[in-house]
Amino acid sequence: MNKEAAKELMLKMADDALIYGHRLSEWTGIGPILEEDIAFSSISQDKVGHAWQLYQLLEQDFGMPDPDRLGFERKESEYKCSQLNELYTRDYAFALIRHFFMDHAEFIRYSLLRASSYESLAQLAKKVRGEIKYHVLHADTWVKKLGAATEESHSRMQAALNEAFPYALGLFEPGPFEQELIDSGVFIGEGQLQAEWLDEIRPIIEESGLQLTSNTEAITGGRSGNHSSDLAPLLEEMSEVICSEPGASW
Amino acid sequence: MYGGGYIPGQENEKPDQFQDDPVKLKEFEERIDRGEKIEPHDWMPRGYRKQLIRMIEQHAHSEIIGALPEGTWITRAPGFRRKMALIAKVQDEVGHGQLLYNAAETLGKSREEMMADLLSGKSKYSNVFNYPAKTWADVAVIGFLIDAAAIVNQVANSKGSYGPYCRALERICYEESFHLKQGHDAFVALATGTKKQRAMLQDAVNRWYRPIIHFFGPPDVASVHTEKLMRWKVKMMSNDAMRNQFLSSYVPKVRELGIDFPDPNLRKNADGTWSFSDPDWDEFKRVVRGDGPCNKERLAVRKWVETEHRWIREALFNPSAKYTLPLS
Repeated sequence: MNKEAAKELMLKMADDALIYGHRLSEWTGIGPILEEDIAFSSISQDKVGHAWQLYQLLEQDFGMPDPDRLGFERKESEYKCSQLNELYTRDYAFALIRHFFMDHAEFIRYSLLRASSYESLAQLAKKVRGEIKYHVLHADTWVKKLGAATEESHSRMQAALNEAFPYALGLFEPGPFEQELIDSGVFIGEGQLQAEWLDEIRPIIEESGLQLTSNTEAITGGRSGNHSSDLAPLLEEMSEVICSEPGASW
Repeated sequence: MYGGGYIPGQENEKPDQFQDDPVKLKEFEERIDRGEKIEPHDWMPRGYRKQLIRMIEQHAHSEIIGALPEGTWITRAPGFRRKMALIAKVQDEVGHGQLLYNAAETLGKSREEMMADLLSGKSKYSNVFNYPAKTWADVAVIGFLIDAAAIVNQVANSKGSYGPYCRALERICYEESFHLKQGHDAFVALATGTKKQRAMLQDAVNRWYRPIIHFFGPPDVASVHTEKLMRWKVKMMSNDAMRNQFLSSYVPKVRELGIDFPDPNLRKNADGTWSFSDPDWDEFKRVVRGDGPCNKERLAVRKWVETEHRWIREALFNPSAKYTLPLS
């Protein structure tokens, strides 16, 4: 196994899970209805938990710093999350569409990783996939419901989809070790993942009365540490307490 | 969590001229005396229903408003353990709100009506949430001491007479005991941490001391109203009894960590009761009336939730909606 390649893959997955989980947790206490408040809180805990487990593997298997330092104390350019996940949440329609795009991609990614040659990651993938199954179910239910319910809900969901789709395509931005990952059997590759993802989401979007824009170009950069202007304030907020007293235990 | 056994508004109420059927009232009171639970379809006195709705509704509002001061710290929680625990904790509080709105609905008031009364200021919530959570140490103080105080009240009320409320409270108390543990853990981490962390914690305890004393409501007064509520097992313990129980359990736990309360007169008397300096009950009343540090802010957030997401509720209620799958 190419260690640098596996590390790169794990780091972007961990960063995606943490930053996405962080955005989801912003709804705790202010969700549109109590039941959704609870659902988003629950999903966000799972995501932050997935990030934690991935950072733990990075510490154990690759000698990287401990999860709190990796997750909370790096420089912005060292984060490898996709821009989709760092974007500030415009409204609930945007939150749901991001949830839909991201969790379908995650479900397929972890499904494929069950066959990874990197045994620890394959084991983790089996467990995580079982949780993401429910996140996908939640996203699909809401996208179908709001995509077709009222004129306003339809137009809000379509607008959110139009804005988020190019960023969602950025989820599959190839990393520097794409070929090594494929050759060593660690991961099947972002290209294959994107193809499966599109096949999976298309019929659901159609059923919801929504449309995917054609000839959309991916907005990329996150995987190489080039981020939107929304990430820096998020990181500043996330690390405010932990960085206020270096070396302290909280 | 919930702000004690104090139900704002009851002392100003005009006596209800309505007379319950004396035979049914006698049977009802005999059931209460035998320790039976009253269920939604059972006959109950008008005053019983009214007070229960008011109490459960205010408890529910307290849960969702109480999610706000702690919720603002989720995005700043230091490290994975604290972040996940705090999301889970605040999620529980919102879940308690949901359980309690359901319990109150069994008495005939809909969640939408209760929400409207919260936003208009007609129905209240626990006073303690009208104070700000200024630092991370406030999260530890709320999670440890406010949750502990809430447990005193909720354990007492779970032995009350209304079945749906008691069952909701039993589950809530079970979850609250985990909150107390996470609050205590965060509290201990700061108390045993660096000089700066200890100072931060002491500052938070200083600011929360008075709201904590206010938490269970004004000192007991001999009131026919309260006696009746206690006879009907709506209210299970007096304000002073709950306050004394809380102080006896938790003042030593805080002091053993080298943290103290900013009151030289706070001490336990030989008879088990507690003495403390005048906590300014006028301030308490001002905050109940809406003039506290965060009253406007808290309601503004809930109003934002209502207006920002009206389109979602309309979509859910739309009878021509294509999809009718259950949401969960």
